[in-house]
Parts: sequence; structure tokens; C-alpha cells
Amino acid sequence: MNLEKYNNAFTTSLDITDDLLGEQLVYQSIQAWDSVGHMTLIAAIEDAFDIMMDTEDIIDLSSYEKGKEIMKKYEIEM
Amino acid sequence: MISYDDFYAIAPFSLGKSEKKHMLTQRLLDLTNLHIEACPQYADMMRGIGFSPSDCKSYFDIPFLPVSLFKDLELLSVEKNDVVKTMTSSGTTGQAVSKIYLNKATAANQQKTLAKIVSDFTGASRMPMIIIDSPSVLKDRSMFSARGAGILGFSIFGTDRIYALDENMELDIPAIENFLSKHKGKNILLFGFTSIVWQHFYLELKRKEHKLDLSDGILIHGGGWKKLINQAVSKAEYKNLLRDLCGLSNIHDYYGMVEQTGCIYVECEHGHLHASVFSDIIMRRHIDFSPCDFGQSGIVQVVSVIAESYPGHSLLTEDEGVILGEDTCPCGRLGKFFHISGRLKQAEIRGCSDTYEGIR
Repeated sequence: MNLEKYNNAFTTSLDITDDLLGEQLVYQSIQAWDSVGHMTLIAAIEDAFDIMMDTEDIIDLSSYEKGKEIMKKYEIEM
Repeated sequence: MISYDDFYAIAPFSLGKSEKKHMLTQRLLDLTNLHIEACPQYADMMRGIGFSPSDCKSYFDIPFLPVSLFKDLELLSVEKNDVVKTMTSSGTTGQAVSKIYLNKATAANQQKTLAKIVSDFTGASRMPMIIIDSPSVLKDRSMFSARGAGILGFSIFGTDRIYALDENMELDIPAIENFLSKHKGKNILLFGFTSIVWQHFYLELKRKEHKLDLSDGILIHGGGWKKLINQAVSKAEYKNLLRDLCGLSNIHDYYGMVEQTGCIYVECEHGHLHASVFSDIIMRRHIDFSPCDFGQSGIVQVVSVIAESYPGHSLLTEDEGVILGEDTCPCGRLGKFFHISGRLKQAEIRGCSDTYEGIR
């Protein structure tokens, strides 16, 4: 359920398909995930889980996998 | 060797004079060596003036490049393939624009630095944010203007965000009122460029005789006063008028430039701009580029510990200013604090870049 929400935040905010989700998806690895896309993505994740992330976590969220780790801090298990 | 992370680990205004000098000298010498190795033009320039890093006693001895050089030359210390972002100056004077090439690490460190410095003034928690600009500024995502970079860099502090201006730079009062009632009782962050806040926000509100209640707001603005000189608005008036019109009493100007994005100098509650642990300011005398005494006006040199992907760690700007003191500001922040008095005249700018090779 949470994983689905997490994935959905990526696919809708970056406008990508499910098959791109995974280890290889990192910041700047695709055109849509640039610094502008990053803020859209953060907003989507925050909306999906109704959380407010710290600035440091926003900066640290540099890959799809790293994001999952950061979510644990906000008590979101996948 | 000393890395960016060593600076990141320190609170941004907590290093006293001697400790800061020691750390900066080490880091800036490392960066000088890095750029001599990685950027052939930079290496040529250093050879041309007979500079040797081993002769440096402190970072005051490290040569500075005039910022205008980034308009004429493509200066980078990484492979072109590794460039993820190119920043450009706003080019207000209709001249060529500077191009600053960033790799992943330098771009990320710029954002981290900005977050660290600004949090010291706004607190760590993010706030609803009103961006006093038009969303159209961010349209071309591959090339970042100073304006776009500022908006984007500061966006990280916003939770919910809106733009106060529409695509045509018209003030959208209903949208702002909506936003304010939605976030009633919370602190609101406002961000914009000094002249845009004045022209498209303050003057428009005044013309429409519309009073906004922004008494819970904190405004951070930057980008210089140049455009306001024609309108004869002083710094004090700017603050007073904004306070009178919308109750906005928490206002911070900042000084910064696209050539060293991230390292901004924010004005404290006593009206002083502050250098953080990530950078420093040296005022240079017009006549021989020797460092000015505190209280003496000179040309602003900026040094930054961030610049790895381009040789911009020590730059001579086209601005003039005065250092007021170091470690002694009543606000309690350590480091130098200063004023910027304005911009050099065109002829003088050309003068300093032309004579650059003869400095030492």
C-alpha cells in the first residue's frame, strides 16, 4: 500500500512509467528528475503520506532507493 | 586535505577569526591546486602571473579571477559530460552573460550550503511560501538564470508554495489572499528579487490601495539595488514602506552572485550582511588591490569553499563595499560583517580585468 503510494508519487510527478522505478533511478539520471522536478517530486511524496520533510532529507533524497530509507524516519514502512 | 563536508559539519556562523582563516586557507589552496590540474586555462593564468601555491601564507595570497572572465571564457574543471547544470548571470546591462558549469557534487553542495545559511535566519522548519515572481521564470530548465536559481534554491524552505505574480508579471491578489487565509496563524516565508518585490508587489499593492496582513511573514530578498536607484528608494525606506503597508517587519536582504551560488550573505537584524563558514569577503583597494582595512571602501573579492567543477573559488566582483568588523556583530554571529555600497563603473571594471596579469 505504502509502496504503491511511493511509486505513484514518482510516476505522476516525473511523468514516467513503472518500469523506470528501481535502483537505477537516481537524481539527474533522467531529464524529468532535475532540480525543478525534484521539488515537484518532494511535494508529491509529502502529499501522498501527509508528512513534512526536513530540508536535509529533501537534499538527501537523491535516488529512488534512498527515498525509501528516508521514509522510515517518518515512520513509513514499505 | 580538507573537504566541503568539513565545513558543512560546522554551524554556519560559529567559526572565530583565526580558526576560520586556518581552515579556509587549507581548503582554498586545495581548490587552487585542483583547478591548476584540471582546468588548462586556469593553469595558464597562474603560470602567467608566476603564482606558486607553496608561496601562500594565507588565502589572502591566492589570486582572484575577475567575474567577467566567465563571460569571455568557458572555464571548467570537469569533463563536459559531467556537467549537469549551467548557470547564467542575469545580464542586466545587456552584455554577454556569465556561464558557470556545475557537476553533480558542486550543484548539490550549493543547495546544501544555501539551506544551512538560510535556516540560521528562518529556523529549521519549513513554511508556506509566497514567491514574489512569475512561474514563467523557470520555463527553460536546462539554462538557469540567476533569478530561476534563486527561486529554485529557496523553494526547499517552502511547504505549500504559490507565485504572487502571473505569467505577465501581474500581481494576483485573490490568489495571495486565498493562500493567506488557508495558512492563517502560521509563519509565512516570502521570497523575491529586491527590484521585483518593489515594482510588482509593493507599488502594485499601493496603487490598488490593497492592504495585506503579512505580520507573520518573513521576507528574504536579494539581487541588488541597482534598479531601484532610479526610483530613489533607500534601504531604510524600502523596509519602512513594506512594514507600513503590510505589517512585514521581518525583512532580510541578501548579497550573492551566480558565480558562487549557494554562498549567500544574509542581512541580520542589525542590518549587517554576514559571511558564513562557507565563504569570505575581502575588500581590495582600487589602486593596488591590496586588502583594505576594516571601515575602508574597496572592491569586493569573494572566496568560496564550494567551487569544484569550475575555477571560481576566488573571484573579484564588480561591486564595492566596506567591512564593518569581524566576530563582533551584536547579533552574535561570528565571521565578517559588511555593507555593499554599489557597483563599480563600467570603465573601472574593464580596467581591473585588463590589468589583472600585472597585479602580482
